[in-house]
Amino acid sequence: MRARTLFDKIWDRHVVAAGPEDSTILYIDLHLVHEVTSPQAFEGLRLARRNVRRPDLTFATVDHNIPTTGNRMALEDDLARKQVEALRQNCRQTGIPLFDLESPDQGIVHVMGPELGLTQPGMTIVCGDSHTSTHGAFGALAFGIGTSEVEHVLATQCLVQKKPKSMLVRFSGNLAPGVTAKDIILGMIAQIGTDGATGHVIEYAGDAIADLSMEARMTICNMSIEAGARAGMIGPDQTTFDYLRNRRFAPQGKAGEKAESHWKTLASDPGARFDKTVEINAAQLAPFVTWGTNPAMASPVTGEVPDPDHEVNDSERGSILRALEYMDLRPHTRIEDIAVDRVFIGSCTNARLEDIRAAARVIKGYKIAHRIHAMVVPGSQQVKSAAEKEGLHKIFTDAGFEWRESGCSMCLGMNADRLQPGERCASTSNRNFEGRQGAGGRTHLVSPAMAAAAAVAGHFVDIRRWQYKD
Amino acid sequence: MQSFQTHNGIVAILDRDNVDTDQIIPKQFLKRTARTGYGECLFYDWRFDGEGRPHPAFPLNGPQYTGASILVAGKNFGCGSSREHAVWALRDYGFRVIIAPSFADIFANNCVKNGILTVALRRSEIAALKARDQTGYFHLTVDLVKCKVVGHEGFLAEFAIEPFRRTCLLEGLDEIGMTLKHEAEIAEFERRRNGRTTA
Repeated sequence: MRARTLFDKIWDRHVVAAGPEDSTILYIDLHLVHEVTSPQAFEGLRLARRNVRRPDLTFATVDHNIPTTGNRMALEDDLARKQVEALRQNCRQTGIPLFDLESPDQGIVHVMGPELGLTQPGMTIVCGDSHTSTHGAFGALAFGIGTSEVEHVLATQCLVQKKPKSMLVRFSGNLAPGVTAKDIILGMIAQIGTDGATGHVIEYAGDAIADLSMEARMTICNMSIEAGARAGMIGPDQTTFDYLRNRRFAPQGKAGEKAESHWKTLASDPGARFDKTVEINAAQLAPFVTWGTNPAMASPVTGEVPDPDHEVNDSERGSILRALEYMDLRPHTRIEDIAVDRVFIGSCTNARLEDIRAAARVIKGYKIAHRIHAMVVPGSQQVKSAAEKEGLHKIFTDAGFEWRESGCSMCLGMNADRLQPGERCASTSNRNFEGRQGAGGRTHLVSPAMAAAAAVAGHFVDIRRWQYKD
Repeated sequence: MQSFQTHNGIVAILDRDNVDTDQIIPKQFLKRTARTGYGECLFYDWRFDGEGRPHPAFPLNGPQYTGASILVAGKNFGCGSSREHAVWALRDYGFRVIIAPSFADIFANNCVKNGILTVALRRSEIAALKARDQTGYFHLTVDLVKCKVVGHEGFLAEFAIEPFRRTCLLEGLDEIGMTLKHEAEIAEFERRRNGRTTA
């Protein structure tokens, strides 16, 4: 039998039938739903008098537009409340389980799924959200879809897809201390560009990946979409199996053992062919900071803001000029000399327990700089309560951070958590697009430890030289 | 779904790479539960200032582009968020065709579902369209049957499109209805799947 990639194996196992032309009807094992991209899909079903085929394979939560303040149940924003109420009603009518605001399991959909053990190796997983690629960290094929496709999956539990191409990104060497999963993925995107993986499913491999925790692997797969990838995935291993043990929806006992023996077959075969291969030396990566308005516009913290005059390509030069103007940055400014007004530790990229711990360790014994407004928004209520059990919330509030309830929050600024025009933010989220965190706001993407250090110093600093007080 | 065979319309040029869906429709317009009425939100933060007045410098606010239905843009158009609202906004504004060197995957998928054709042309062909734009407004005819873009002054470009996408657009297919015709195969797949403990 032909050598197959992990992606091939998952794809082959989910083919229901050949579709028209070059398409395939692909079965979907898990469909995650949230309040913002689903109302029109449910409405479409109603208009066509169609039912939800598998409410038992569909799980919903509220995350995108909800407040993160203590009194959030009130949902004071009328439009946001209507959207949440629409989801509640849609879930009630169709029998889809909903992890609502008061649930101890509520959280950002891509933090909640893995945490509950819903996300498992070998699955096909979709959600009306581009960061669905996160779930690929478990060796699943997970990708974002639009609302029309959400409706398609609700009605049929299938999608009609053309098979994407495959791409291997191999990270050799070991990460230096202070360099994290966030820096791996920002470094990769800076190298291959925001469309470097368009049309492809990435498999991340190599020693630097095998050494990572599940949480770090999720950070990497999460940002696959920022390189244009259809999905990102990592072959499941003992780290994956250990993470899933005792998670509520993961198979346990005998079923767990049986599942694990299948999961062990989910590795790319030796000699399996990829359409594209990229090699990156992880040992040479430094902590990254973005300076521009897309995630590829990034520099090692030891670097400086680029000079557009050094760019030979006209359209690239135009993009850099526009970005520097929007970001109010001058060429050759040292990254460490960039001062920030706000710090945001949160999002489906970097708001898991390990991320919160890393930031807390930096903050411990320090106060945040004068005039900085800093907040931590845990990725889920489970993350929040686990962090509180360790006393991490005290470290943050003692330092001057706000400690919030879980949600997407200032990653996309759909709720009240937003940058004001002109404010500059060190953010652990995934997108530094113009206005992403608030119209006129300026976003610099960094790892949780780098964001925490910026909160204390008032500007970016190289975390590799940090004086920890623990 | 609205079908697409051939379209003739005025061309608007947005000469920027990596236009992301946050720019096409900013987050404050994603709280609605309808599928229509997003045209006024298109490129909102680029089109309007803080008081809601049009920015004169933003290309689409130029009088020569009034009534434009074909948008020409830079590479990787529609990157970022999966929000289909971006496509609804382009459609409601009046665009039926987007021409660019390349498109983001989810965005291109969303376009097909809403009867919008994405046409990938070479940079040199797009440069020719930009040059033509310097001399005033112009029309193009985009023919999905022949996979050709034709201008009145001899501009001619052929384009490739995935066969399934082309069929969906040409016939205005109800994709869900089509998949539901495979009910027996889906049910059979589920029977086999239920016998397993894993996906």
